[in-house]
Amino acid sequence: MSIWIDTNTRLVVQGITGKEGLFHTRQCVEYGTRVVAGVTPGKGGQQVDGIPVFNTVREAVAESGANTSMIFVPPAFAADAVLEAVDGTIGLIVCITEGIPAQDMLRVKTALQMSSCRLIGPNCPGIISPGKSKVGIMPGPIHRPGPIGVISRSGTLTYEVVHQLTAQGLGQSTCIGIGGDPVVGTSFIDCLQAFAGDNETTGLVMVGEIGGSAEEEAAAFIRDNLQIPVVGFIAGLTAPPGRRMGHAGAIVSGSSGTAASKIEIMRECGLHVCEQLGKLGLFCREVF
Amino acid sequence: MKLHEYQAKALFAEVGLPVPQGRVAETVDEAVAAAVALGYPVAIKAQVHAGGRGKAGGIRLVKDPQEAEAAAEAILGMSLKTAQTGGHGHIVSRVLVEQAQVIEKELYLSILPDRSSASIMLIASTEGGMNIEEVAAQTPEKIVRIRVNPLLGLQPFHLRRAAFGLGLTGAVFKSFTGLLQTLYQLVVDRDLLLAEINPLAITAGDNLVLLDAKVEVDSTALFRQRDLAELYDPAEEDPLETEAKKYHLNYIRLDGNIGTMVNGAGLAMATMDIIKQAGGEPANFLDVGGGASAEMIENGFRILLSDTSVSAILINIFGGILRCDVLANGVVEAAAKVDLNLPVVIRMEGTNADEGRRILAGSGLELISAVDLQDAAEKISRIARRL
Repeated sequence: MSIWIDTNTRLVVQGITGKEGLFHTRQCVEYGTRVVAGVTPGKGGQQVDGIPVFNTVREAVAESGANTSMIFVPPAFAADAVLEAVDGTIGLIVCITEGIPAQDMLRVKTALQMSSCRLIGPNCPGIISPGKSKVGIMPGPIHRPGPIGVISRSGTLTYEVVHQLTAQGLGQSTCIGIGGDPVVGTSFIDCLQAFAGDNETTGLVMVGEIGGSAEEEAAAFIRDNLQIPVVGFIAGLTAPPGRRMGHAGAIVSGSSGTAASKIEIMRECGLHVCEQLGKLGLFCREVF
Repeated sequence: MKLHEYQAKALFAEVGLPVPQGRVAETVDEAVAAAVALGYPVAIKAQVHAGGRGKAGGIRLVKDPQEAEAAAEAILGMSLKTAQTGGHGHIVSRVLVEQAQVIEKELYLSILPDRSSASIMLIASTEGGMNIEEVAAQTPEKIVRIRVNPLLGLQPFHLRRAAFGLGLTGAVFKSFTGLLQTLYQLVVDRDLLLAEINPLAITAGDNLVLLDAKVEVDSTALFRQRDLAELYDPAEEDPLETEAKKYHLNYIRLDGNIGTMVNGAGLAMATMDIIKQAGGEPANFLDVGGGASAEMIENGFRILLSDTSVSAILINIFGGILRCDVLANGVVEAAAKVDLNLPVVIRMEGTNADEGRRILAGSGLELISAVDLQDAAEKISRIARRL
């Protein structure tokens, strides 16, 4: 099985006519995702590779029955695009856009809490249920269907992890990049909760990084709620304090948010912590 | 993006928040003239992006022209090392000369977007002038934390909670709530990631004055805060980091000698870690982006080669949407353009990796290829140790 996306996913792409939007729409279609609509204000009535383009999300939903959205809208307009998707009652919204102002995300996140919609991202690679559907920018071919769930704050680091899993014959049920920003729509715990309800996911890999306390909270949740084995990894052991390491959320402040403190808490909570990224695949092979 | 104290105070003054009368000076003469104009006693404060300036000798209280001259001479041009500058000194090129205040009591106040609760957090304390993290650890009951729903905004009861929480009464209660409201609006309107007033002084006559200010602007919001974008001070950053910014590269300079170039921030951090675990020392963090192009690789090489402490380079690319063969061609072209003369270990994985490796092998360049991450880290560390 898988979580949140599968063969029933009907995708609308917001920002489908932009360069990135179009490129990744084609990649998703090629992977087998059912892309049923696009939205670009002012380009309603056009078609992209036979996919109808609408002016608004509401029109797109009414005409195409879309239930999932993928957003490629520039940062200045991305918060508005997410709110439009919420207004259009899109159940799952995946926002790829990087660089959305913090104030915008605070408002978006608060609005989401009052709705039944889920946002993944922003500043994330998206979500993939191998062999079923891909809603994001990750390379499809490195994935294999299987029983391992992957959750991560990174992009290419997740690809590295997935690549090693696949090389060890460990296929994936669903892989989710929750995004590297300080405020994200879906937390590690949200993902863990969903995986806990999926009886075909028999193991999890959680790829974290320095900054914030999301990994610590997730570890406590795992200790109290999950029966399946979880492998943990934290990037940023050598990161200097006080510097933002690329991701807006990746910063060690004072003594909190360090890789060492996260690893310690993950171990205390019973996670299988792998410190050597180069051997993560082998490590998982032994655990799972 | 951090602001200098004088820039932050100008921003506060614009919205009517009470800051001391002050002037910025870049020379000793200017500083003395400012002191005369303001009237003694004055505080002379080094303007660098670092807390802990007082302890490091960057702030002096002076009461006459002789003292003012001596203080300005000592501070201007000094290399200020504080607990927060991480071992590197900041050269002081400006001072803020301010009217000294007669202080009755010092409070603490900060407002910032809070990541975990997706709210705007107000933090206030009666223990002004102290390190707030220490106050939080030792006497948490002396800190008032208030989370404000960003859609509802600041409500009167928030103001009352904060003011009663600090035990304020009478005129100070009233001026504090007014100040809090104005500061909150400033944080929201100007996309601030932090507005910290420490201390917020109650002066003789029950007036509130924002004595010191730390302000950080959300750099992702500069497209709608253009006047704030102009306050960026490249002198506060490593010149290579400023240069990298021009190319839209995420670059942070570190102390080691192994230059790294990686696509994606998480993988870049993990690559630094793996170098260290193999016994090497990374010279930098460099993320050329998840969808790096040949041009980005070329700019990345330029930055790495400008750092004279780099003696070997590790490139780690996970080819996703961007194929490894395209990247390999980019590396070969860039290497020729930038006159690459250092040992380079390259590890490529992902889409079309075999084709990429074939291109690199046939390029005539002396690139050392690695089969996987572990191999890459071991090879680069071995090379770096020999150099």
